[in-house]
Amino acid sequence: MAKITINNKEITVRENETILAAAKKAGISIPTLCHMEGFPPSGACRICVVELEGRGLVPSCSFPAADGMRVQTHSPRALKARKTVVELLLANHPDSCNYCARNQSCRLQTLASELGVRQRVYVGHKEKYKLDASSPAIVRDPAKCILCGRCVRVCEEVQGVAAIDFVRRGSKTVIAAAFEEGLNLSACVNCGQCINVCPTGALTENSHVKRVLDALSDPALYCVVQHAPAVSVSIAEEFGFPAGSDVDGLMVAALRRLGFKKVFDTAFTADLTIMEEGSELVHRIKNRGALPMLTSCSPGWIKFIEQFYPDLLPNVSTCKSPQQMMGAIVKSYFAETGNLNPRDIFSVSVMPCTAKKFEAQRPEMACGGVSDVDAVLTTRELAQVFRMYGFNLKAIAPEAADTPFGTRSTAGKLFGGTGGVMEAAIRSAYFLLTGTELENPVIDKVRGLEGRKEAYVTINGMEVGVAVASGLANARKVLDAVRAGRNDLHFIEIMTCPGGCIAGGGQPLGADLEAVKARLAALYDLDCKEGLRLSHKNEDVVRLYKEYLVAPLGEKSHRLLHTHYHAREIV
Amino acid sequence: MSNPALEKIFTKYPCASRENLIPLLQDVQEKDGYLSEESIRDISRYLKLPSSKIYGVATFYNQFRFHPIGKFHLQLCRGTACHVNGSAKLLEAVRKILKIEPGQTTKDKMWSLETVACMGACGLSPVICVNGEFHAKVTPKSLIKILDQYRVQEAGHAGK
Ligand code: SF4
Ligand code: SF4
Ligand code: SF4
Ligand code: FES
Repeated sequence: MAKITINNKEITVRENETILAAAKKAGISIPTLCHMEGFPPSGACRICVVELEGRGLVPSCSFPAADGMRVQTHSPRALKARKTVVELLLANHPDSCNYCARNQSCRLQTLASELGVRQRVYVGHKEKYKLDASSPAIVRDPAKCILCGRCVRVCEEVQGVAAIDFVRRGSKTVIAAAFEEGLNLSACVNCGQCINVCPTGALTENSHVKRVLDALSDPALYCVVQHAPAVSVSIAEEFGFPAGSDVDGLMVAALRRLGFKKVFDTAFTADLTIMEEGSELVHRIKNRGALPMLTSCSPGWIKFIEQFYPDLLPNVSTCKSPQQMMGAIVKSYFAETGNLNPRDIFSVSVMPCTAKKFEAQRPEMACGGVSDVDAVLTTRELAQVFRMYGFNLKAIAPEAADTPFGTRSTAGKLFGGTGGVMEAAIRSAYFLLTGTELENPVIDKVRGLEGRKEAYVTINGMEVGVAVASGLANARKVLDAVRAGRNDLHFIEIMTCPGGCIAGGGQPLGADLEAVKARLAALYDLDCKEGLRLSHKNEDVVRLYKEYLVAPLGEKSHRLLHTHYHAREIV
Repeated sequence: MSNPALEKIFTKYPCASRENLIPLLQDVQEKDGYLSEESIRDISRYLKLPSSKIYGVATFYNQFRFHPIGKFHLQLCRGTACHVNGSAKLLEAVRKILKIEPGQTTKDKMWSLETVACMGACGLSPVICVNGEFHAKVTPKSLIKILDQYRVQEAGHAGK
């Protein structure tokens, strides 16, 4: 323990805790740019400088607190230094806030405003940078990059991908993929985690807002929308609700006002996924198929395994993701029963995810030249559209989703968080194998934000081993164990983003761990409040099989709901 | 792996660890004159390091090239003496005429440009060196003549 004085207030901190952490405890906020909670400090930006008595200015994010220290966090000198840091960052920055996707959500902009930067003080040489819009999911604008390095660290350390890195040095430094090729050719898995940590508009999603608005105003098109399980428990944050508010009904109402003819729930096809994937697991176990089976709903993860673990591709479930299943049944069953030409249907999905944009345009995700899904909006983009239309979610009356794909079990809703697919699958696999229901449907061991979780469930006297990983660096650890011969696992759920879709790369910005926890708690809350908790008990799913698909893993399912993946070369 | 010459270099570094990256890159450049994308990919596979990291490290150092050198390799000295005697202006002129940056090669593969720290010919500054031939006290004006001289030489060869 050490006693230090911050802004004339004495506080007790752990030895070696940074000044930044100590100040936070004392309720004093110091701005940061390059600092990342839970990572060793990089000290790249210097915006966090404070004045340490007898020492001068020190970066608070890396400087350890020691007994007797006296610190001023907002002394005139510290403030002036911070202002200079911002002025220097702006020296070669485009003055284009009005045209920037991060206008009003940009850290650089806020800092300039807070620190009172009112004119261009330094004029730096502006390099000519190339905007990289090659990726279907992520747009990189190096002109707006302040080289804080957060994207590089997330990509390497959290996602285990390392698609991007610092290139060259000094004033010529940029962040780029290998050989400065477009992101589309790189190892990038389109997860969008780099967007979530980028303080500026240098990283954004490839926007589909215009496509969607154009389609909505085209009288020849029949516009249908689906929304993923994690969206309704997150979008509220964009409208001033506390984190963890579920605004499902309000969002459905607002989507209908935008002009969508049908509003469906992706959690319905999550239930459908469970029927298919659960049956596939049972089939593999009974017939000595490739085990452990790996989930296939997270498109970033799919690209990851195609690139880095192609030898394990036979283990990946052949199920399409819930987004693509919905797309496929909308343009088949729904079109047929409604006498619609699939080519006249414009199918939009709202996803917490940028990789879903990549998934939707994969050649595997089409039937007879008609793509399953035509446009993908992130949670952020939908919020932007709502704002554009002046919708105040607080003043809208909730409405219910449309039939026949609007009913969902809470198991399908759990897909929004890490462990959710596993929990839903265990509930239904248990039924498929025993004909009876689990006594307690809650599988505690696969719940929570832990990066890796494991459980053993006894079904019919058989010990079924399951593992859950989120964040692809965690996936690597599990896969390496499997490669090395670990054979007690039957089913592994992998979600690309740390914590699952609730922390996806398309989610509201600025969410901290607490917000992510609240989103997850909202999913658990629904599961304990509502009555329909089992995918196989979803009557609309049962009816879909009766009227159309016949049976899980049947001929129609295979054509519409399943696919195959292939090894992928990267530059 | 495709390239036996690279394989041979790799055998010099049986321990495929990160510390060997720079010496490996140097050896490959020594062999090929530059670092090709293919060779970086092969090194990436051998060291189990992402190619983005290798490219990042390699571009950090001025010594590495990413384009094959041209028929005429022009080295321009940016040492102190040469700088005092106008090498910055000279570099500007070379860039303008050849339309390439240091480290690059012209599209017709004729010229490549490299800036070097000091060639130990300070008495003759500013100095350039083309395929090993030194040219002393070069000015933007005399530069044109020098470059022309190589072009003529090349045209003569081509004509024969
Ligand atoms: S990145 Fe920030 S400061 Fe730069 S143009 Fe966009 S909003 Fe403005
Ligand atoms: S989208 Fe994901 S994989 Fe691609 S660069 Fe960003 S963090 Fe890396
Ligand atoms: S792209 Fe964004 S996160 Fe990455 S270094 Fe630049 S400013 Fe930082
Ligand atoms: S936040 Fe401390 S140096 Fe960047």
